[in-house]
Amino acid sequence: MDRHAQVIDVDGLQLLIEVLASRGYTVMGPTVRDGAVVVAPVAGVADLPRGLRDEQDAAHYRLVPRDDDAFFGHAAAVQGAKPVLFPADQLLWRARRSEDGFRLDASDDDDAAPVALLGARSCDLAAVDIHDEVLLRRRFSDAHYAQRRAGTFVVAVTCGDPAGTCFCASTGTGPRPGAGFDLLLTELLEPVHRFLVEVGSVRGAEVLAEVPAAPAGPGDLAAADDVVVRATGRMGRVLETEGLRDVLYAAAESPHWDDVASRCLACTSCTLVCPTCFCTSVEDVADLTGDVAERHRVWDSCFSKDFAYIHGGSLRGETRSRYRQWITHKLAAWQDQFGMLGCVGCGRCITWCPAAIDITAEAAALRAATPLVTTGEGARR
Amino acid sequence: MTTTPLLPVPHVPPARATRPTLAVWKFASCDGCQLTLLNCEDELMALAGAVRIAYFPEATRAVVDGPYDLSLVEGSVTTPEEVERIGQIRAMSRHLVTIGACATTGGIQALRNFADVAEFRSVVYAHPEYLSTLDRSTPISAHVTVDFELRGCPVDKNQLLEVLAAYLQRRRPRIPTYSVCVECKRRGAVCVTVAHGTPCLGPVTQAGCGALCPAFARGCYGCFGPQDSPNTSALADRLLAAGMAPDEVMRVYRTFNAASEPFRRESERHEGEVSS
Amino acid sequence: MTSVLEGRPSAPPDPMRPVPYRVERLRQETRDTWTLELEPVGGAPLRYRAGQFTMLDAFGVGEVPISISGDPTRPGPLEHTIRDVGAVTHALVSAREGEVLGVRGPFGTTWDVTDGQGGDVVLVAGGIGLAPLRPALLELLAHRDRYGRVVLLYGARTPEDILFGEELRTWARDLGVAVDVTVDNGQHAWRGKVGLVTQLVPRAGFDARHTLALVCGPEVMMRYVAQALVDRGVPADRVRLSMERSMKCGIGLCGHCQLRELFVCVDGPVLSYDRLAPLLTCREL
Repeated sequence: MDRHAQVIDVDGLQLLIEVLASRGYTVMGPTVRDGAVVVAPVAGVADLPRGLRDEQDAAHYRLVPRDDDAFFGHAAAVQGAKPVLFPADQLLWRARRSEDGFRLDASDDDDAAPVALLGARSCDLAAVDIHDEVLLRRRFSDAHYAQRRAGTFVVAVTCGDPAGTCFCASTGTGPRPGAGFDLLLTELLEPVHRFLVEVGSVRGAEVLAEVPAAPAGPGDLAAADDVVVRATGRMGRVLETEGLRDVLYAAAESPHWDDVASRCLACTSCTLVCPTCFCTSVEDVADLTGDVAERHRVWDSCFSKDFAYIHGGSLRGETRSRYRQWITHKLAAWQDQFGMLGCVGCGRCITWCPAAIDITAEAAALRAATPLVTTGEGARR
Repeated sequence: MTTTPLLPVPHVPPARATRPTLAVWKFASCDGCQLTLLNCEDELMALAGAVRIAYFPEATRAVVDGPYDLSLVEGSVTTPEEVERIGQIRAMSRHLVTIGACATTGGIQALRNFADVAEFRSVVYAHPEYLSTLDRSTPISAHVTVDFELRGCPVDKNQLLEVLAAYLQRRRPRIPTYSVCVECKRRGAVCVTVAHGTPCLGPVTQAGCGALCPAFARGCYGCFGPQDSPNTSALADRLLAAGMAPDEVMRVYRTFNAASEPFRRESERHEGEVSS
Repeated sequence: MTSVLEGRPSAPPDPMRPVPYRVERLRQETRDTWTLELEPVGGAPLRYRAGQFTMLDAFGVGEVPISISGDPTRPGPLEHTIRDVGAVTHALVSAREGEVLGVRGPFGTTWDVTDGQGGDVVLVAGGIGLAPLRPALLELLAHRDRYGRVVLLYGARTPEDILFGEELRTWARDLGVAVDVTVDNGQHAWRGKVGLVTQLVPRAGFDARHTLALVCGPEVMMRYVAQALVDRGVPADRVRLSMERSMKCGIGLCGHCQLRELFVCVDGPVLSYDRLAPLLTCREL
C-alpha cells in the first residue's frame, strides 16, 4: 500500500505542535483537568495525558494509569470539537438604543486565532462533518461556525484504545479517520515510541515538511493497520443500525418511553456532550437602562421543557416525549434530514448521563419491543 | 396563590413623573439576599439612577412612605405578625417580587415543617411562652399574590439585576428553569458525579448559580430549588445505588428548599427507610 | 513564513442579524390584537409570498416568528397581525409609531395559491389563524377570475374576537367570497352561528375533488378540519396547513421547530396534510 506515510518521533510531535503555534494556530489538544481528559490549549507534549487510559462506562469515568507512555492512549475526551468550533455561547450581535429605535454595531469578524485540533478522533471528525452538513451546506448557514471552521487545521489520531462506551465501529465512523484531517497520526509504541503520519491536505504536507520525518517502512504501516484492527475489536458497545429509522418511527407510541422517563433526569447532559447535537437558543441580554442589548446564541437541549414552548405551554411537557424526540432525531429523523445517522458512536451520552441511560441499550430495547409494520396489515404492537 | 406576569397594559404609558420607587423587605431570613443586592457594586449607581430606593433598612435609614412601585421581599413567614405584615406590604406595592429560597419555598427554617415546633420551643427557650411562632415556615406566595419568584440561597447577582432590568423595561424576567447541568456543561466543567463519584443535586436543581459548586469540584446542594422537570426519585435511586444511606438521601433533599413540593415529597419518601 | 491569520475569509452576511423597520401605523383589530405596518429604514421593501413569516424583534426583549398578514400582490407597508400573548408580542404591540423594530426574513414555504387555479379554493381559519390566510385570500382576489368558488370558513372565540370584520363584509358582499363565520361563545346580541368551525365544512359549497384547501388555526382545530375536508373528498395533498412551533432562528439551524423529520421553519410552515397526518395524531411528537 502506498500511503506516502512518514514517521516522526516524540521530539517530532513536540516540533509539530510548535510549528502549528508559530503559524498562528491555537493548538487545542487533549490534556488532563479535574480528573478527565479535556480539550484545551496545549503548548507541547508535556501537556498531553501521557500514560493515562480512561475507564468509561454508563455514568462512569475514571482516569487510570497505563503500563506504557502513550500520549493518545485514552478514548473520547469529555467533549469533542464542538466547544471549539461551535461554542456554548456565541455573541450574535450587540445593539444600542438610538433616538428612533436601535442601531446594530458593525459585526466584528471573529478575530480569535484559528485553531489546530490536535488528537482529534475519528468520531470527532465524523461529528465535525455532520456539523458541516447541518450548519454550512444547507440553504442558510451559520456565519460564525463557517468562519471558525474555515481556518481550522486538523491533526487527527487513530483511536488505539476505545473505551467501554465506544461504538464507532457500529456507526461506521471509526476507529481510523477516513477524511477530514490535514495530518493523521497513528501512535506506535513498540519497539520505539513513534507516530506514523499520513497527509490529508496540501497545508498538512507544508506543515509536515517543517518536521524531521523518515519515510515509513512496511513494518510501520503494518503496525498502524494492526492498531485499527485491534481497536475495532475492542469496542465496548454495539448499536444495530440496520432498519433503525423504521424501528424508531414505528416505536412512537411505545410504552417503553415511560420506562426511560422513569430513569431520565431531563438534565440535558447527553445533548450537551453530544458532538453532533446542534440545537441552540437565543438569549437576549440588556443592561439596567435598557440602552444596550445583546443577543447570544447558546447551546440548548430538547430535554428542557421550554425547548418546545409555544403560547399555551410546552409541546413536549413530559420527559418521555423529550427522550423520544432526542433518540428519534439522532437515529432516525436525522437520516431523512441529512442522509446520515446523527450518532458517531463516541459514547459520550452514555458515559456522562448521570442516570446511566445507554442509547445502545434503549435502541435495542425499542427494537425488541417494536415489531415493524408489515405492508397491508397496518400497525401492530 | 398564583403568580402574575410583570406586564402593563399596552399603550398606557407609566403614569409617573419621577423614578419608580423600590422597597426591600425582610422576613425570616439571614439577610444574604439583601446583601446580594448590596454586592452589585458596579451596577448600584446605575440602579440608584433608575429607581428611588424608598425603603431598604439594610442600606439606608431614609424611609419614604408607600405605595411602592416595586417591593423585593426576602424571607419566609414564620410568625402571626408576619402574616399580617406581608398583607400590608402587598397592599402598598404595585409589583411584588420575592427573592431567595426563604421567600420562595420557606427556606432552611422550613425544616420545622417536618417536626414538632412546640417541642423545639420548649427545648431551646427558657421561657417558650414569650414566643409567638407558627408551626410552619411558608413562602410569601402562600399568603399574597407574587408577581415573580427569584430562586437561590442566596439569589444570584446577575439574575437579580435581570429581574430589576426587566421590571424597569416593563418586560418579563428571563430566568431559565432548566437544570444546573445546562450551565455546568456550557461552562465546560467536568461532571463531578460521573468523573469523581461525588453526589450532586445538579440534575434536579434549577440553574441560576452558573454551576458554581460543580465548577469547584463539589456536588450541587440544590440552593435554587427544583428545576421545571425534576425527577427526584430517579436521582435518589442513583444515590442509593452509589451507596448513600436512605436517611442521607432524605437529608440531601432537606436543605434550603426542603419545603418545595418535589424536594419535600422525595425526602418524605426516604423518611424511616432502612439501609439495605 | 505565512501566517494563517492572513487570507481568512471575511464573514458572509449573517441571516441572524435583524434589519431595521419603522412602525408606520398600528391598527387595533380586537381587544388583544393589533396590526403593525412597517417600512424598511433605508432599504427596499420586503418581497414575500403569501404564507411566509418573518422573525420580528422588539429591541432588548426578544424575537418571535410572525406570519405576514399583508397583501403580497401590491406594494405597501409590511403588515403583521399580532395577538398580545407573551413578552415579545406584548412589546411588539406596545411599540409606538415611529419606533424601530427588527425584521429577519421572509422565511418558510408559501400557500402557493396559484396551485388552486381552475378549481375551488376553501380557506378555513381559527382565531388569529385568519391573519396568515389574509395574504392568500388577497392574492386570490387579485386574480379572482382564475378561480372557481372561493369559500372562507372562520371560527372565532367570541364576536368581539372576529378579525378584519369590515373586510369580511367586503369580501362577501363585493368580491365573490362565500364567507361563513361561527363563534365558540356568542352572547345574546350575536345573530350568527355558534359552534366549531369544523362543523361548517360539510355544508360549505365547493367541489371537493377540485378544491385546494388552506387551513390555519390551533393545531387541534387544523387536525379536525383537515380530516373533515378529506372526509368530504378533498385529496389530502390538496389540504395545506400552516404549522406553529417554537422557533429561535427561522432558518433551520436552531432545531426548536422540529416535527420528526421536518424543520417547520424551512420545510413549512405551510405543509400538506398527507405529509402531516401521521405526525399530528401522535401526542407531544
